[in-house]
Amino acid sequence: MSVAGRGGYRRPMRGWWRRDPFFMRYMAREVTAIGVAAYALILCIGVVCLSLGEAAWNGWLAALRSPASLVLHVLLLIAMVVHAQSWFEIMPKTMPMIFIGGRRLAALTITRTGWAATAVVTLAVLALFWGFA
Amino acid sequence: MKRSNAPIFWLLFGAGGMLAALFGPVLVLVTGIAVPLGWPAGSGVMAYPRMLAFAQNGLGKAFLFAVIALFAWHAAHRIYHSLHDIGVHTGTGARLACYGSALAITLVAAWSLLAIGF
Repeated sequence: MSVAGRGGYRRPMRGWWRRDPFFMRYMAREVTAIGVAAYALILCIGVVCLSLGEAAWNGWLAALRSPASLVLHVLLLIAMVVHAQSWFEIMPKTMPMIFIGGRRLAALTITRTGWAATAVVTLAVLALFWGFA
Repeated sequence: MKRSNAPIFWLLFGAGGMLAALFGPVLVLVTGIAVPLGWPAGSGVMAYPRMLAFAQNGLGKAFLFAVIALFAWHAAHRIYHSLHDIGVHTGTGARLACYGSALAITLVAAWSLLAIGF
């Protein structure tokens, strides 16, 4: 006897997240973890190469110059931006409530503060980077 | 009552997520796109002597370790909890695969950074 025959109708779950834009956003946010994992692995390989000496390090740099790596890093950049966007969007719900003058700090303020922090960090790293160049 | 180990993984997830939100975009832009394309022109920002000095500096070493390890733990936690959503029934095997990978990345990074010296 089929599963449907015994237990009645079962709603298929395949592709459930494509049913609703909210679920799509949820999945987009979860998928960024693959990008974060990939970047951690790439940096880890870089550190291993650095510990192995100049030839290994230059090999890692050469690998980063390959077209496949450049395409991958554009995707990783998108993943990181989506991650940051969703992270700051959720932050008002995940952090303890903050009260200022008896009023709860607005969700939008928290989200914007997060983005401002990322902007400051980005500019600081770029300035450092260009300062060294 | 047995104490739950969930807060530890949640803390690593949160720390890694925050670090990725703050530093992720610019790091990927610099290491994966700008430097490989030679921006700014002819720069040796990530040349061996410079990166070696960065990794030998205490702060640089700590930064590299924090980024690699926390990114890995953040991703492992999120991927593990998303497996259910795509119809994978998680158990000890999936847990070992996810958190084990993060632990492996952490140990390899720590070992290499120590090997680089101070």
